[in-house]
Amino acid sequence: MHFEHNQSAHCETGVMSALLTHNGLPMSEAMALGLSNAVAFAYIPFIKLAGQPLISYRLPPKFIIKGLAKRLKLKINFQNFKDPLQGAEALEREVESGKLVGLQTSVYWLPYFPEEMRFHFNAHNMLVYGKKGGSYLISDPVFEDVVEVTEKDLTKARFAKGALAPKGLMYTLESMPETIDYEQHIPAAIKKNYKVMLGAPLPIIGIRGIRHLSKQVRNLSKKRELRDQKLYLGHIVRMQEEIGTGGAGFRFIYASFLEESSRIMGDSQLKEISDSMTDTGDAWRDFAVSAVQQTKAKGVMDLNGLADKVLVVAEKEKDVWRQLKSWSKNK
Amino acid sequence: MKTNEVPQDKLKHYDGQHKLLYAKDETGNYSTIKSSGWEIEEAATLDAVEEYQRLALEAKNGYKDGKLSPLVFHMYDKRMDVPFLSQAVGVFQWQLKRHFNPKVFAKLSEKKLIKYSDLFGISVEELKTISE
Repeated sequence: MHFEHNQSAHCETGVMSALLTHNGLPMSEAMALGLSNAVAFAYIPFIKLAGQPLISYRLPPKFIIKGLAKRLKLKINFQNFKDPLQGAEALEREVESGKLVGLQTSVYWLPYFPEEMRFHFNAHNMLVYGKKGGSYLISDPVFEDVVEVTEKDLTKARFAKGALAPKGLMYTLESMPETIDYEQHIPAAIKKNYKVMLGAPLPIIGIRGIRHLSKQVRNLSKKRELRDQKLYLGHIVRMQEEIGTGGAGFRFIYASFLEESSRIMGDSQLKEISDSMTDTGDAWRDFAVSAVQQTKAKGVMDLNGLADKVLVVAEKEKDVWRQLKSWSKNK
Repeated sequence: MKTNEVPQDKLKHYDGQHKLLYAKDETGNYSTIKSSGWEIEEAATLDAVEEYQRLALEAKNGYKDGKLSPLVFHMYDKRMDVPFLSQAVGVFQWQLKRHFNPKVFAKLSEKKLIKYSDLFGISVEELKTISE
């Protein structure tokens, strides 16, 4: 198969951009994110990662694939397997038939990941574009180059257990429209997205979720010992900058989507809102810098100062999503 | 973030690899740019790795003192914790914690031991001990 690997900032948006582009419907990673309306914020205390709450900057795993499929009327064939052997055989069949195959895997069991980044994150997406001997040819969107993984290692990564277990998930693009009606889809996706950020019914989602995070940071010293406080802050930064939860990076990709949309629709207002979205991403990064500085400082941490930084982010997020709300009113 | 602000801190654990980031170029438009890493991210990552190492070392000492089964060490060594491991193996947390007791662990069936060793990607023999 002729397949062109392109590096992406995020695995799920990268996989969708590559699947569509490969099948003749070119789409940028940013457009895939925007049209899936998957940007979000969620503070989920009852889902624990390494004993810490799940803090996500996007909707749950698979939402980008499913959200985009729904919006664009893509037909995607999802398959899960109970038995690893069956899963391995099914993958072999799909690859032999010449299809580009998406997989959900665990980062921990992928040998090409740097040792320090191998944690039990079970919702990592990648593409298989061929097989050579006993190894699969893999296009992992977040890596610069393609890689090879042995059948054995790949099966282990596909059938990893624990939270968000992939259960061998494999998916292929079966059909798609010939063209995309951007004038219709862009405003519709933006509308859905601001509703999550501004109007979620739970106090741990959207802008209210960001304020909730601020409160948690402010009260940290009442609940945890100093070492544990530092681990918690480091955890927020990792959720924001390293793990597949999107983080500040998602704000920049979304800003890029708004800019692209502004060009497609000939709408200069979207470009201005894109700039505000960039400011939001910058504010998240600014918080990350302060959080790490505090964990490295000696003595008591300035948790109030950090909590205030999170409130700055909340204000910026509120402002930009309100701009998008008023923009959509006339669409 | 502007392209000239994209961190290029040449992180050791990136092993010469780069991440792709979105940033605004000098014309004010978005472009993608490769980053050799951000030291802020590195600090958080390495702290998390170190925490598992610290817990694994504690578990190793507990094993040597005869207070803990080797299971605790392997769990942390494989960057897992109690909620994750209990879910992955399919036992309740209280059951898992019982298996941390050396006496209970010594009586575990071969079947249960295989469940743990498979999950860790090691042999049953390796599971029963801690190598130096």
